Amino acid sequence: MMRTLLTVLLVLLLGSVARAERLIVSVSNHRVTVTPNYSGEELVLFGSVERDATTPADRIAYDLVVTVMGPRADMVTRRKERAFGIWINTDYRQFLQVPTYLALFANRPFEAITSPEIARRQQIGLNNVLLTQRVSGDFADVVPNDAFRSAFIRLRTQRGLYREDPSAVTFLTPTLFRTGIPLPAEVPIGTYEVEIKLFANGALITKTETAFEIVKVGFEQFVATTARQNGFVYGLATVAMALMTGWMASIVFRKD
Amino acid sequence: MQLYLPIADLPVNVFLVLAMGAAVGFVSGMFGIGGGFLMTPLLIFIGITPAVAVASVASHIAASSFSGALTYWRRRAIDPALASVLLSGGITGTALGVWTFTQLRALGQLDLMIALSYVVLLTTVGSLMFSEGLRALMRTRRGAVPPRRTHSWIHGLPLKMRFKRSKIYLSVIPVLIVGTMIGFIGAIMGIGGGFILVPIMIYLLRVPTSTVIGTSMVLTLVTMLVATMLHAATNHLVDAVLALILMVGGVTGAQFGARAGQKIRGEQLRLLLGLLILSVGVRFAIELVIRPEDLFTIRELGVGT
Repeated sequence: MMRTLLTVLLVLLLGSVARAERLIVSVSNHRVTVTPNYSGEELVLFGSVERDATTPADRIAYDLVVTVMGPRADMVTRRKERAFGIWINTDYRQFLQVPTYLALFANRPFEAITSPEIARRQQIGLNNVLLTQRVSGDFADVVPNDAFRSAFIRLRTQRGLYREDPSAVTFLTPTLFRTGIPLPAEVPIGTYEVEIKLFANGALITKTETAFEIVKVGFEQFVATTARQNGFVYGLATVAMALMTGWMASIVFRKD
Repeated sequence: MQLYLPIADLPVNVFLVLAMGAAVGFVSGMFGIGGGFLMTPLLIFIGITPAVAVASVASHIAASSFSGALTYWRRRAIDPALASVLLSGGITGTALGVWTFTQLRALGQLDLMIALSYVVLLTTVGSLMFSEGLRALMRTRRGAVPPRRTHSWIHGLPLKMRFKRSKIYLSVIPVLIVGTMIGFIGAIMGIGGGFILVPIMIYLLRVPTSTVIGTSMVLTLVTMLVATMLHAATNHLVDAVLALILMVGGVTGAQFGARAGQKIRGEQLRLLLGLLILSVGVRFAIELVIRPEDLFTIRELGVGT
């Protein structure tokens, strides 16, 4: 009897030591709709760090890293070189199933939060996120300063689709936090995964996940889907529209 | 007012696109051309990818050439026989062009090909037209009579056919070749080809000016309709929303352009058009030669699962 009680107590204690803190998060909108006059939006992620009795009393300073990943796609990065006096595409690298949108936010610089070793393992920072390339038949991520990889990240960043901001997460109280997730006008459609990692004294304590969805609605969505799924019908409709416009113009502006 | 384009996948200002449509429409009405060679570069300039621009402009040109063709049909200024021979070549050429377009896109050389064809075609046609306009202008100044047209080797080819409305007796071989060529470059470059077709028909095939513009418009109309269909079915690149805004702006602008064009003399008109074509060609050439701001480009291959 005594032994059983002790075991239960031990399990409880161990269990709660393993997850002394709990993260509770939510995004302001789980379903973002892209309407014809959509020109970008900002979502807000907020949450709190729940402490319990087993949390070490001296652990008061937390660090947070938020990773937002959009739907994945294959992409090709091409490099122009000068040939015959003009600039043409020559070499290229294929990136396999990389996120179309990628944002990394933290409350202070990544290198201050954790060691380079953990940052690499937990994919913290744009330099550490895994971007698989196909290099002549092999699949691998290359060194962060690879010309194609850094060009890829730079171009995505210019379009507002990749970003890292080590000051975007703000702690309102020592345990209550929030961060904005900016979505540019040309945001990819699909499911977005949000991963929130909690650090204290350079060690990963716990993590949690949430998600939101970006959908095109109304006429927009209808046009885009029809064009992709029923190309022939879409073409016929466009042709009919062109003929109608031309015919109407010739009637409206008839001179006799 | 911002509007999100579903296929081009970016928001644009409706009034800007409408104004662009109207401006190009004005030019096209003035010179009696489709204006694709101006429209496609303008769209690329505001950030639409060359592939989407080429495919969407095709439907825009179809609309403006249809309204033009209807007017010429009422005036009986279209030669149906000549148009149908041109068309059988034109449709083959368009199909070949769209196929080439798809291949080049997969190879990543589409943008280069579009730019290169613009440079070669526009600088050649532009300078020819400019110098011809200049010579004609000087001739009228001096009061000299234009040189008599003589028959060339083209008129010695076999398979001759009588084109009643145009009152010419001509081999179908050069007509078919011209049709195929125009269809091919039209599908790749997003142009109707009117500005090349009209001079070829006048100077090479000796088609009388009374039927030349109307007949060339029929070819433009049908090749652009076929191009729209094929681009929509194979590459899914036609942006109907963008096309509609361009059409509305274009057909309106064309009416005012046509009125303005009647006030200018033919030689001056050719001189101006030559200059315009030449400058677009030179602009593309400069872009190819100078070092691009960014050597890298990204293309999405489609969203995976």
